[in-house]
Amino acid sequence: MADTITPNPAEATAPQKRLMTLNMGPQHPSTHGVLRIVLELDGETIVSAKPELGFLHTGIEKEMEAKTWQQAVTLTDRVDYLANLSNNLCYALAVEKLLNIEVPEKVKWTRVMLCELTRINSHLVWLGTHALDIGAMSMFFYCMREREEVLKIFEMFSGQRMMTSYIRIGGLALDHPRGWEKRVKAFVDSFPSKVDQYQNLLDNNPIWKQRTIGVGQTDIARLIDLGVTGPMVRAAGIPWDIRTSEPYSAYEKFDVKVPVYHNNDVYDRYRVRVDELRESCRIAKAAMEGMPEGDFQADAPHVVLPDREKMKTQMESLIYHFKIVTEGFAVPAGEVYQAIESPRGEIAYYCISNGGTKPYRVHMRTPSFGNLQALEALFDRTLIADSIATLGSMDFVLGDTDR
Amino acid sequence: MIPENLRDHKHIAMLGALAKEAVLDRGELTMFVDAGSIVEACRSLRAQGFNRLSAVSAIDWFPQDPRFEVVYHLHALPMTGAGASERVRLKCRIGGDNAEIASVTGVWEGAGWYEREIFDLFGITFTGHPDLRRIMMPDDWQGYPLRKDYPIHGHKYGYAQEQ
Repeated sequence: MADTITPNPAEATAPQKRLMTLNMGPQHPSTHGVLRIVLELDGETIVSAKPELGFLHTGIEKEMEAKTWQQAVTLTDRVDYLANLSNNLCYALAVEKLLNIEVPEKVKWTRVMLCELTRINSHLVWLGTHALDIGAMSMFFYCMREREEVLKIFEMFSGQRMMTSYIRIGGLALDHPRGWEKRVKAFVDSFPSKVDQYQNLLDNNPIWKQRTIGVGQTDIARLIDLGVTGPMVRAAGIPWDIRTSEPYSAYEKFDVKVPVYHNNDVYDRYRVRVDELRESCRIAKAAMEGMPEGDFQADAPHVVLPDREKMKTQMESLIYHFKIVTEGFAVPAGEVYQAIESPRGEIAYYCISNGGTKPYRVHMRTPSFGNLQALEALFDRTLIADSIATLGSMDFVLGDTDR
Repeated sequence: MIPENLRDHKHIAMLGALAKEAVLDRGELTMFVDAGSIVEACRSLRAQGFNRLSAVSAIDWFPQDPRFEVVYHLHALPMTGAGASERVRLKCRIGGDNAEIASVTGVWEGAGWYEREIFDLFGITFTGHPDLRRIMMPDDWQGYPLRKDYPIHGHKYGYAQEQ
């Protein structure tokens, strides 16, 4: 009987390749939101990774066209829920450029201070969750502990912990709160020692190093081609930071040091962000100490709401108040592409006005969208166990990606 | 038409005859090119230092004709940190019927998702795109939400129909 079984020659020569399709997300905890990735696996090696997004698409760009210019500030908060003030600032700078108004120095310095605290907030959430993904659970508690202090500062300034809307077109929403210096000083003085603690836990931790060194590497030219920005670029030896290359909002007056590492792996991305925690703390401290005196809004009565006292005693102020609140202010026709450095990389608002009181179109170039596009290149031919570390090192926020 | 005072601008000179119009507004340069020559224009600018495509966006000028503008935000990123970081905009006007333009994914791989986004939300087709699918909206969605004739509350959930 044995001689009747003849193996198919074609089957015998071609090794069988059995690929497995694995669905990751949209509720996978390490995707930090609702990202779905369809993985094709050859054993434990990823052959192809197809990201699917749009689960958090809320039509913010469309919604902005229905709001007045100032009302739309509240929508910018909701784009990247870990870098609210960076989004507020980018939008405000773009519209101020369209309106051609100059804000007082005090406003600029406050914006710098709050945006650096935002960077600390965002990097802390990143560090905590990234470490949690890799297995270092206690990091998460330490990072959340310090983040709470930053959120308390935001609450003190704006009344909100996250959706601050504090940076408005033409200045700030409110003047500085009483006693803000004490709270900020307490934070910036104690924070560097907290970063020491994080580094003690992770820098030479053998498990951390094994999971991160040499993981998630791809040619940097390809990454830039794909639209990657921010700490991922700086971890690959390119000293590009918009705060120094195209300074905005008084950043030229600050000594911004750009941390650069060269290995282009998960470990170096971690080191860049930890160095940025220290740098941001230093810049926030410098902004706090050198805070100029002055007004918290620009001298532009057709844009900013008048003082309450004046509104009730002066007719002109009352008219301005009525017009700004009912129909909004008209913005001269034109278009502006304003880019700033958010914690995640290049964020840019492309604002187009047709001369009306509502934005004609606002396009947001968000860093998470650009960074996430490199996912396929970073996952290609790597092990599935490394995918979690790589994903974490990209530091995306799905709200920022889907808008 | 390129205005007299911009004739010598170095970025316009880079494009040569491909630049049909140019506007310098609030310090930002916009160059208009014909939709047919967008790939050529991008390739030429990339070769001359604009190594990054920051984003691609679109504007709907409904009911004007030509209806759409596709906007390419280019960035010259100094890879060593020395040198100036410069930005220009390229714009193409395209009509509303069968809106179509060539994809620049061959020049910058990163254009892929931005073009998918415009395809999804504006209904502009990018010919030669390797993977032109909807990216934000569900695959079976009807209509293009960012068009100006698309109501803000959507077609499905108009208040008038609600009882």
